Amino acid sequence: MSVLSPTAARPEEADVPRALFEQLHDWVVTVDHKRLGIMYVVVALLFFVIAGAEAAVMRLQLAWPGLHIVPPQTFNRLFTMHGTTMVFLMGIPMVFGFGNYLVPLMIGARDLAFPRLNAFGFWILAFGGLLLHFSVIGGDGLYGTGSAPAVGWFAYAPLTGRAFTPGNATDYWNLAIFITGIGTIATAVNLVTTTLTMRGPGMTLGRMPVFVWIMLTISAMTLLILPPLSAAQIMLMLDRFLGAHFFDTQAGGSAVMWQHFFWFFGHPEVYILMLPGFGFVSEIIPVFSRKVLFGYPMIVAASVSIGLVSLSVWAHHMFVVGMGAPLNAFFALSTMLIAVPTGIKIFNWLGTMYGGKLDFRTPMLFCCAFLLQFLCAGLTGVMLSVAPFNWQLSDSYFVVAHFHFVLVGSLVFTVFAAIYYWFPKVTGRMLSERLGRWHFWLFVIGFNVTFVTMHVQGILGMPRRIYTYQADRGWEIWNLVTTLGVPIQALAVLIFVVNIIVSLRHGTRAGDDPWNAWTLEWATTSPPPPYNFEIVPVTTSRRPLWDLKNPDDPDGPHE
Amino acid sequence: MFAPVSTPAFAIREIAFFVLGITGVIFLIVGGMILYTIVRFRRRAADRPSEPPQVYGSMRIELAWTVVPFLIVTVLFLVTARYIWGIENRSQPPSALEVTIVGNQWWWEIRYPKLGVVTANELHVPVSDPGSPMPTFVTLESVDVIHSFWVPQLAGKMDVIPNKTNRTWIEPRTPGTYVGQCAEYCGLQHGLMLLVVVVHPRDEFERWVAAQQAPARDEPAARAGRDLFASLACINCHTVRGTTANGVFGPDLTHLMSRWTIGAGAARNTHENLQAWVNDPGTLKHGALMPAMKLSRRELDTLTAYLVTLK
Repeated sequence: MSVLSPTAARPEEADVPRALFEQLHDWVVTVDHKRLGIMYVVVALLFFVIAGAEAAVMRLQLAWPGLHIVPPQTFNRLFTMHGTTMVFLMGIPMVFGFGNYLVPLMIGARDLAFPRLNAFGFWILAFGGLLLHFSVIGGDGLYGTGSAPAVGWFAYAPLTGRAFTPGNATDYWNLAIFITGIGTIATAVNLVTTTLTMRGPGMTLGRMPVFVWIMLTISAMTLLILPPLSAAQIMLMLDRFLGAHFFDTQAGGSAVMWQHFFWFFGHPEVYILMLPGFGFVSEIIPVFSRKVLFGYPMIVAASVSIGLVSLSVWAHHMFVVGMGAPLNAFFALSTMLIAVPTGIKIFNWLGTMYGGKLDFRTPMLFCCAFLLQFLCAGLTGVMLSVAPFNWQLSDSYFVVAHFHFVLVGSLVFTVFAAIYYWFPKVTGRMLSERLGRWHFWLFVIGFNVTFVTMHVQGILGMPRRIYTYQADRGWEIWNLVTTLGVPIQALAVLIFVVNIIVSLRHGTRAGDDPWNAWTLEWATTSPPPPYNFEIVPVTTSRRPLWDLKNPDDPDGPHE
Repeated sequence: MFAPVSTPAFAIREIAFFVLGITGVIFLIVGGMILYTIVRFRRRAADRPSEPPQVYGSMRIELAWTVVPFLIVTVLFLVTARYIWGIENRSQPPSALEVTIVGNQWWWEIRYPKLGVVTANELHVPVSDPGSPMPTFVTLESVDVIHSFWVPQLAGKMDVIPNKTNRTWIEPRTPGTYVGQCAEYCGLQHGLMLLVVVVHPRDEFERWVAAQQAPARDEPAARAGRDLFASLACINCHTVRGTTANGVFGPDLTHLMSRWTIGAGAARNTHENLQAWVNDPGTLKHGALMPAMKLSRRELDTLTAYLVTLK
């Protein structure tokens, strides 16, 4: 029963079962932020599985020197599709999907500010994703994976020029990512507007959940960094279709300019993906520690400052392009500075757990693994920021290991935590705890087997994106171990998918507030009605439900 | 990269150990704190169901864990800056050897502009000792897409970018053979774009230069093959100094047989492999830009017999 509207009927039980077609029609025409949020997450999971399968084929090829399971061109297409899909079609829809679903609920709003723009944003992103993947079956057909792009996910010029990649493959990449960018911008506009103008009574900026603060930050960042990428992509289109020379080095264009454009987008993009992970953790750790978040103002300040500083670090991806000593030093410094607010966050989460009563349900397990793996990711990040060290590590498997620790070991782990945590709210049913534990342990083991070893290949001199290697380089054992982690991870993901499907039908009923949590979304029914709240609740502190549950010791005076 | 034999790589190992030390200590301390917290504060069956004391924050503690990382970053940055300038702004001594390396899809052209030597995929340099330093200064250029020059035991990477001239240097202390390969994705055969660096003792290097400076051998027994070579499309792309062949798109073949591999590490440079390569490079290196020559068996034999005389 809802804390705030104890008499609210449960709509889903009153419903008469309707034809499948009608239900699907409802999903297609919906402008409800919750349904769109769910669709974002489902699409993201779908692409997660596709891109994961692509990675598995690559690892199979690299398991042993000299294997030719797929030809070189197919391998190049696989890593291009894997990277592009994971960043633009898994990461982005995943974090914006959660933002879509949770932000209005957390601030006591009935929907996003522009519901139809929201639907537009989702469908245009889904269309971009389909367009990119159509390239796999278009062109030459499935054999050799059609005309999928083979330029790498950052598509460095001049390899993207007509001279070096004739045909349509690169255009698929360029156009599809350009289109998904439009959708992402639409959603970002929506989230900024909603957060600034539609907060419920009493929900001041200073009382917003950390996750909402973070979605506000990354949406604002999106508005700053995506347009430069779109501009560069238009220039690339002009180069390819109208014979312009922005990046055409044969005619005096600049190859380095593309890198500046791309990384001015590409690096903040990493934080756009990673910050929502911090948001999930900042919501989940307090609930399962039974303590208030330690140092809320500091965590918010750290999040916003990560957003700001991240705009000035992009060229640390370019330490080896020959920028000269002063620029290298500048970008080394700005990159190191990011470590400070990031470190603060780890300490604040620890401070939250310290002295608590830690309850290791599945979401909390994923958060704990996140803390340790994110620590590793941060420290290898510091190593990479030391420019001279970077000259050795850049473009090697060490970098691959580093950013998988960030995007898998940290982001994907927090996303799993978030799915286990909010699944009861979204569906009204709990995910199985037993399967959840299997999923967690297998994924932790598989992930670390794969990606801890990957650092070693990098230090031994193995560059990324090679489709095979010779036997005498001393890499084979490490590559074999790396590949052995893949089936373990795949099994974990399979268990996760089974868990979702089984729990949707047979999971125990969750009730409105299964975790005894404190933010507003737990004050309404599970799943919430289309209008979210019967009566929009009045917020009295950063933990409105704590105040209701502990009327003798409310949060207000302590803030 | 932790077995360096050349100066910039030595310096990089130094700073790498320094950084690994700092991050290692941080890892142990923070990781230990995380594990301690997880174990110490787990919920126990005996716990009372009440909520633990709520601690909202502490300005003093939070200030401490803000200031300490700042100090670490300051130290780290100062050390980094010193190494950046130390390595990048090394001035070129008059005794230095000058080499120009040109990235091609998917092989390296190596020129010694002052010595009049052109070769491919195998960089030969003299050893440099502190008594009489003879570092090698490398100018990097590309004719097509971006490549990256990386021989981990000698130096960090430097990208090879079209329309931009980059410079790097090495100063190897130990003779030997060191393997590197292209480190920036450059298209189809990025995986087979190896680069071997051979560090010679001084006198051996001079002998190597003298041998490379000589024009191609002209063995009477291989005349038929030479004439065939000159009559085919070979000469449009390849140079053999001392003959009419002066193409510039492919590797210089004047001293082809002095190299260990063909196709930038695609295969050992043996008679058989060479024949297979001339017949159809795609069998050894799929997608190589040299076309299959479509020769008859006899022509192929004659031509290869000539090529193996190019010592």
